[in-house]
Amino acid sequence: MMKKEILKLRDVKVYFPVKAGVFNRTVGHVMAVDGVDLDIYRGEVLGLAGESGCGKTTLGKAILRLVEPTNGEVTYVSKEDDETELTSLEKKDMDPFRKKLQIVFQDPHSSLNPSFTIFGSLQDPLKKFGVNSKEERRKIIGDLLEAVNMRREYMDRYPHEFSGGQRQRIGIVRALCLDPELIVCDEAVSALDVSIQAQVLQLLMQLKKDNNLTYLFITHDLSVTEYLCDRIAVMYLGRIVELCDSEDLYKNTLHPYSEALISAIPVADLDKKTKRIVLEGDVPSPVNPPKGCPFHPRCPKAKDVCKTEVPTLKKYSTNGNEHYASCHLIDLPEIS
Amino acid sequence: MTDKNNIALSVKNLKTFFYTNNRCNKAVNGVSFDVEKGKTLCIVGESGCGKSVTAATIMQLLPTLSRIEEGEIIFRKDDKTVNIEKLEKNGKEMRNIRGSDIAMIFQDPMTALNPVYTVGFQISENLKYHTNLNRKEIREKSISLLNDMGIPLPEKRVDEYPHSYSGGMRQRAMIAMAMACNPKILIADEPTTALDVTIQAQIFELMEKLKEENDTAIILITHDMGVVAELADNVAVMYMGNIVEAGTADDVLRRPTHPYTKALLESVPVLGRGKNQDINPIKGSTPDPYNRPVGCQFAPRCNWQTESCDVMPEITQINKTHQIRCHKYEQFFEKYDEKRNS
Repeated sequence: MMKKEILKLRDVKVYFPVKAGVFNRTVGHVMAVDGVDLDIYRGEVLGLAGESGCGKTTLGKAILRLVEPTNGEVTYVSKEDDETELTSLEKKDMDPFRKKLQIVFQDPHSSLNPSFTIFGSLQDPLKKFGVNSKEERRKIIGDLLEAVNMRREYMDRYPHEFSGGQRQRIGIVRALCLDPELIVCDEAVSALDVSIQAQVLQLLMQLKKDNNLTYLFITHDLSVTEYLCDRIAVMYLGRIVELCDSEDLYKNTLHPYSEALISAIPVADLDKKTKRIVLEGDVPSPVNPPKGCPFHPRCPKAKDVCKTEVPTLKKYSTNGNEHYASCHLIDLPEIS
Repeated sequence: MTDKNNIALSVKNLKTFFYTNNRCNKAVNGVSFDVEKGKTLCIVGESGCGKSVTAATIMQLLPTLSRIEEGEIIFRKDDKTVNIEKLEKNGKEMRNIRGSDIAMIFQDPMTALNPVYTVGFQISENLKYHTNLNRKEIREKSISLLNDMGIPLPEKRVDEYPHSYSGGMRQRAMIAMAMACNPKILIADEPTTALDVTIQAQIFELMEKLKEENDTAIILITHDMGVVAELADNVAVMYMGNIVEAGTADDVLRRPTHPYTKALLESVPVLGRGKNQDINPIKGSTPDPYNRPVGCQFAPRCNWQTESCDVMPEITQINKTHQIRCHKYEQFFEKYDEKRNS
C-alpha cells in the first residue's frame, strides 16, 4: 500500500516572546518549536515523545492552530489529494479543517466545563457543523458514548459525576463526534491510573480500527508509544532528533539522547534490567539554547564538532526502514 | 526469617480510619510489614489504595479527622524499641524522631518546599533542631549536603529560593533536607512521579547511593511496577487498604500470585516487548471507599471470583518470604511450580 500523507509540516517554528522591563519590551524568545519537518501518513499512529518542555504539546497545538505558528507551513492533504496550506488561512476558513483535525487534551478534569452537562458540552461542535435537530445530536452523542463503553444516559450528567477514566473517554467522544480524520492525543493517558490507562489505550486502538483514524500521539511515556505507535519522533528542545519505526527506535537506536531516554525508563521485568545511562543536569532553557547541537552539554559522547555545528536531520536506513536522526556521530552511510 | 536485629521498623496490623460526614473510610485496614536496614521496601498500588496514608501514619502526620484505630508501629533505634503509635503527635519524643530518625520525601517538590524561605534555610531547620552544630557549621553542612546531591554551585544555590530551582533540583533539595540528620529510615512518597525519566534516573541513582553508604532503610511508595523492578528489595502490593501480596522483588515480580498483582503487571506495556504484546486492562474501577465490597476487596474486578470470596481472605505464608491474601492462590502458585519442574 502506498503511504499517503495527511499532514505535511515544513520548518514549523513557534516562538513565544519573553517580555520584561517597564516598557514591556521583548527581550528574547522561548523557542518552543524550532524548525520541525514532519509528514504524517494516513492511518498511522505517530508517536511524539520527549521530556517536559521539549515542545511536543506546542507542536501538537500548532498543527491545529490552537497556537499560531511563528513560521513554517502546515499542509493538509485531503483524501482526494487536494492540498491546503492551513497556516495562511483566515480564521473562519479554518472551520472545515477543524472538523477533520481534532484533539484529546491531557487533563480530563480541566477540559470539561463543570457547569454544562456532557450533552451540553458535546453538542456545540455538532450545532456548528449543521446538525440542527436536537434528536439527531442526542443520537450521535449517545451512539458514541456507547462506542466508548459508557451508558447513553450519561450524557445528561455533569462532569463531576465521572471518574478520571470516564472523563477521558468523554474527551475522546468530543473529539470523535465530528467524524475527524486525525486526532492529536496530547498525553491522553498520562493522568490515569495504570489499570484505567490500559482500558483507554485499548479503546483508542479499537476506535482507530473502526473509524480509519490517524493519531498523533504525544506522550512522555516511551513504553506506551512502543505499544501503540507505528513510527516515533523523539523531540529535544523544540527539534526532532530521531524519527523512525517504533521497533527500530528500541533495537537500532541512533541518537544518544534517545538511547539515554530509553535506558532511563524503569522496566517491570527483572530479566530486562539494563544499565541506566544517567544524563547530567537538566534540559537547557529554550530561551537560550546551547550553541551547536542542543544536546551536547548533557551528551556523554559529545565531541568538539558538537559544540559548534548544529546537526541536521539526516536519513539513514536500519533494518530496511527509513530512519532519520540528527547527530554528528552516527557511523551509518547517509541516504539521499 | 530475617534477623530481628536488622529490622528497622515493623508495622503490625495497622488500621487508620478517616471520619468525615458521619461516615468512616477504612483507608488502611490491617497492614503489616517489616523494613530492614539497608533495604528498600516498595509499596505499590493505585491511587486511593492507602499507600500514602500508611506513610503519613508512620510519621504521625495524619489530618485531624483520622486516627490510628489499632495496631503497632515499632521503631528500633539502636537497642531500644519505640512504639510510635503511642507517642503524642506533637510531643517531644515524636518530634525528636520525626525528621532526624525517620525522614520523608514528599511527592510534589513544588508544594512541599516553602516558597518564602531560601532552600538553605529549610535544610538548616532540620539541623538546628536535631543537632548541636553552631550556625557556621550548619551552613557548611547545608552546602555539603547540596553538593552531595549534585547541585552545581552549592555555595550560591544555598541562598536561593525554591522558584529558581528546576523540578529535579527541588526534589534533590528535598532529599538533602531529608538526609540532613542521617535518618535510619527514609520514607519516599512517589518521589519521582512529577519528574521526567532522565531526572528520575538521577534521583534513583542518588537514593541507591544513600542506601549503600548510610545503611538507610527506605520505604518507597510508587504506582509504577517499573520502579519496583529497578529499586525494590522487598515489595508490598496494596489494594483498598490491605496488603494483598508481599515478598521479595523476585517473589512478586517473577511469581505474581494474587490476581491483582498479575493484572497490574499485565496492564502496562513493557518497553522492548514491541507492538504485539498483550495488555489486559483490569475491568471496572476501584470501588468507592465508603461503599466497599464485603470480603475480598478485589473480588468484583477479579476474573476468578467465586462465592468463597465473600469472606475476607486471611494472609497466607506461601514460603519464607512470600505472603498473600487470596483464597485461591494455590491454583495460581502451582502453575509456577509446574513450569519450573517441566
